[in-house]
Amino acid sequence: MNNKYEAVIGLEVHAQLLTDTKIFCGCSTKFGNPPNTNVCPVCLGHPGVLPVMNKKVVEYSVLMGLATNCAINKKSVFARKNYFYPDLPKGYQISQYEEPICEHGYIDVVKSDGSAKRIGITRIHMEEDAGKSIHDRGGETLVDVNRCGTPLIEIVSEPDIRTAEEAYLYLTKIKQVLTYLGICDGNMEEGSLRCDANISIRPFGQKELGTKTEVKNMNSFRNVERAIDFEIARQIEIVEDGGIITQQTLLWNADLNEAMPMRSKEGAHDYRYFLDPDLLPIIITDSWKNEILKSLPELADARKERFINNYKLPLYDADLLTSEKPLADYYEEVLTVTNDYKSASNWVMGDILKYINDEKISPKDFPISPKNLGKLIELINNNTISGKIAKDVFPEMLKDNSDPELIVKEKNLVQITDTSAIEGIIEKILNENEGQIKEYLSGKEKVLGFFVGQIMKESKGKANPGIVNELLKKKLEERRD
Amino acid sequence: MSLNYKNHSEKLDLIKKGEISLADNVRYFLKKIEDNKHLNCYNFVFEDAAEKADLIEEKIKNGTVGKLAGMVVAVKDVLAIEGKALTCSSKILGNFESLYTSTSVQKLINEDAIIIGKTNCDEFAMGSSNENSAFGPVLNPHDNKRVPGGSSGGSAAAVAAGLCDVSLGTDTGGSIRQPAAFCGVFGLKPTYGRVSRYGLTAFASSFDSVGPFANDVEDIAKVMNIISGKDENDSTSADIPVPDFLSGINENKKFRIGIAKEFFGEGLDAEIKKVIELKIEELKSAGHKIVEIEFPHNEYTIATYYVLTTAEASSNLARYDGARYGYRSKESGSLINMYNNSRSEAFGDEVKRRIMLGTYVLSAGYYDAYYRKAQKVRRIIKNDFDKAFEKVDIILTPTTPDCAFKLGEKTNDPLSMYLEDIYTTSANLAGIPGISIPVGKNSEGLPIGMQLLANQFEEEKLLQLSKQI
Repeated sequence: MNNKYEAVIGLEVHAQLLTDTKIFCGCSTKFGNPPNTNVCPVCLGHPGVLPVMNKKVVEYSVLMGLATNCAINKKSVFARKNYFYPDLPKGYQISQYEEPICEHGYIDVVKSDGSAKRIGITRIHMEEDAGKSIHDRGGETLVDVNRCGTPLIEIVSEPDIRTAEEAYLYLTKIKQVLTYLGICDGNMEEGSLRCDANISIRPFGQKELGTKTEVKNMNSFRNVERAIDFEIARQIEIVEDGGIITQQTLLWNADLNEAMPMRSKEGAHDYRYFLDPDLLPIIITDSWKNEILKSLPELADARKERFINNYKLPLYDADLLTSEKPLADYYEEVLTVTNDYKSASNWVMGDILKYINDEKISPKDFPISPKNLGKLIELINNNTISGKIAKDVFPEMLKDNSDPELIVKEKNLVQITDTSAIEGIIEKILNENEGQIKEYLSGKEKVLGFFVGQIMKESKGKANPGIVNELLKKKLEERRD
Repeated sequence: MSLNYKNHSEKLDLIKKGEISLADNVRYFLKKIEDNKHLNCYNFVFEDAAEKADLIEEKIKNGTVGKLAGMVVAVKDVLAIEGKALTCSSKILGNFESLYTSTSVQKLINEDAIIIGKTNCDEFAMGSSNENSAFGPVLNPHDNKRVPGGSSGGSAAAVAAGLCDVSLGTDTGGSIRQPAAFCGVFGLKPTYGRVSRYGLTAFASSFDSVGPFANDVEDIAKVMNIISGKDENDSTSADIPVPDFLSGINENKKFRIGIAKEFFGEGLDAEIKKVIELKIEELKSAGHKIVEIEFPHNEYTIATYYVLTTAEASSNLARYDGARYGYRSKESGSLINMYNNSRSEAFGDEVKRRIMLGTYVLSAGYYDAYYRKAQKVRRIIKNDFDKAFEKVDIILTPTTPDCAFKLGEKTNDPLSMYLEDIYTTSANLAGIPGISIPVGKNSEGLPIGMQLLANQFEEEKLLQLSKQI
């Protein structure tokens, strides 16, 4: 980035809440049902219907507020945001405007240079989602209102973010908190987590803010980073060329790697917010708040600390394992079978994470059950198989989550620990390689590796490497005259 | 055949004694509705109502019947009934049919009332004359050249003309009480929150109430017993115990009755004034205490009412856009054309006027000056009532400044039409109950209505005093 300017960025994150039913009616929130089937007169906005608040939505919103250090407002109210669109059946969205449920929070992120940064949260408010318009069907627009009334929280950050990296870290952290709370699945690609960015630039040292633009349609974490970098560069270029920034909304185009202005409808929308007369204020009593507080689960930071203290893991391991709740859950499931914390960590961070990332799946969907992975680790630790054999057993387990003990038995992979059997193999290999014995005895200890390799090959990898090493050296010494 | 009962209790007795048959009774109403088609009270008549009569008559004889057994009820066409058309007397709903039944109507059905049809009204309940209807105006049964009042004109006229036993209307600023006065029947607007709004097509959500019309105050009490109470589908319905309005109605209680000069000033028809003043004297002689009260902010009620109700209406009526149901213009080439043309072609002038007014008062830059200020005045008016009800049980006023006016007389003068509600809107601003009771006729034979107002959830007092008048 040009070092004359700093960017000022605020993020608006929309998170779909994982309630079974919609925010104001009893319809299912299930994703992927046939269009216009998760509907009733209420979410269809038929004449005469009235919204009834889903209590769970309030509780989830308060949980998010508590997890992000917000003040929970004792009283909050719903407002109507009025605008016309075919996928908005009532012609207004029920949202919160004045008096949202949570305010004045923050989260801390750690940047790549190790420094910490605190990013403020202005407010968290509850609202209903709109439906979906599908435009690319031969000139007609189709509307699916299944999503109408799906509960959302909007998390609005302070304009504390200065770089795309900070935005990425903030968003990652928000997703981490949401998923740890179990109130949102955090899937940006499916739209259950959405992010808009307000971006402006100003010369370093200047207090007043520049004109901001809003960038929408960034449907992945990487796109948020790229779009912000793009927009900062675009604004700097305009200002450097003596131009002025126009306040506008831009849509990120991931294929072209650029943000383009939305077809503007002269001037800003006037949403004519006013108090929704159909809903009573939400009153959060101290006892209700305390009840919700009791259901607040362990969050990532606390879990990380616990991993370091209880499992003696290095910071790096603890950080990576707790980055996603399902991964940390998987790891701790493994520990119900084995006490080898570090080996379990190595397996999860290594082969498992690689598979998960390659296949783009959630740890929850990883084919090997944590119990079977634990068994595999135990097979190594009790010398039933070697670490090398384990690497061959692992792909077999991936196929259908087979029990590693059965695989080892069926494929006859049990480690040879019988010294007389190993001695026999050693004698055979030594007898076939007189020349290398001489080299070894003349001081070229590297040859030892050659013998180990040959012996392991002869044993089909099953010879216990420790015993092999020990006996081999002894046999070689015996040949020294 | 004519009706030889004065209220539902008598009707039930006659059926039990076998002196009348309910099926005959329903057929009588259906025929009379047909004979009085020119009054235009009904948008839809349910011809199958007679079939239900046999079943209910059977239940009456078995003693397993509901509390409103055989009561023949007409319902204002802003209330949803499953499988029936819902038009709000507007072109914009097209041939829309409701998928569900409003709570108030369902409760009547559950008690074996018979719904005979849906009544005409001003479009989306906006109006004071029932002239703003896609189905054409309703005529006043007392003088067919005059309006029945509005917006629940069809419901009031149907009761006055004997085209049903009882009807349901809705009242946002006087839409039950004013037509009740014009048609010479009883009409009660309950406390806001007393009766569920679920299924009532919203005009102004923080004002709308559902209430009954009847020729006898006991029937009003009976219906109120059934339709009142908390409804899980309406968050604004009140979880406050409902008294037995019927059993309390004959208690000959003496009340402190408040009279405010603001309700008897300029603009009030002299004949109405005289009749009401006479009633006040009678009440005094009967042992009630007449107390002078003040209602200092009455002159602001109409302005406050129109700012707030139109704001809510502009939002409530946004859903009628041609996109999903109801009327869609043939000229709908683009989204914006679909919206503009559908709404321009299908909404009537008064509805458009209020949508524009409401959109304006909520707009950026005007919100504080209009909407927010009107909210403050609304609280002030509520405070005036609170103060008054510290001194009195009931406030007595005329229901309207004039008797029923002529069709077309005020259609080109919206402001004078709005002033028809000068005595009624304050009850909706404060959320208090009010009843209009027939107290006589003027020299032209037109009915005169008197309004009684009580504090929130004190409908019982209104019914008790109405019974004594």
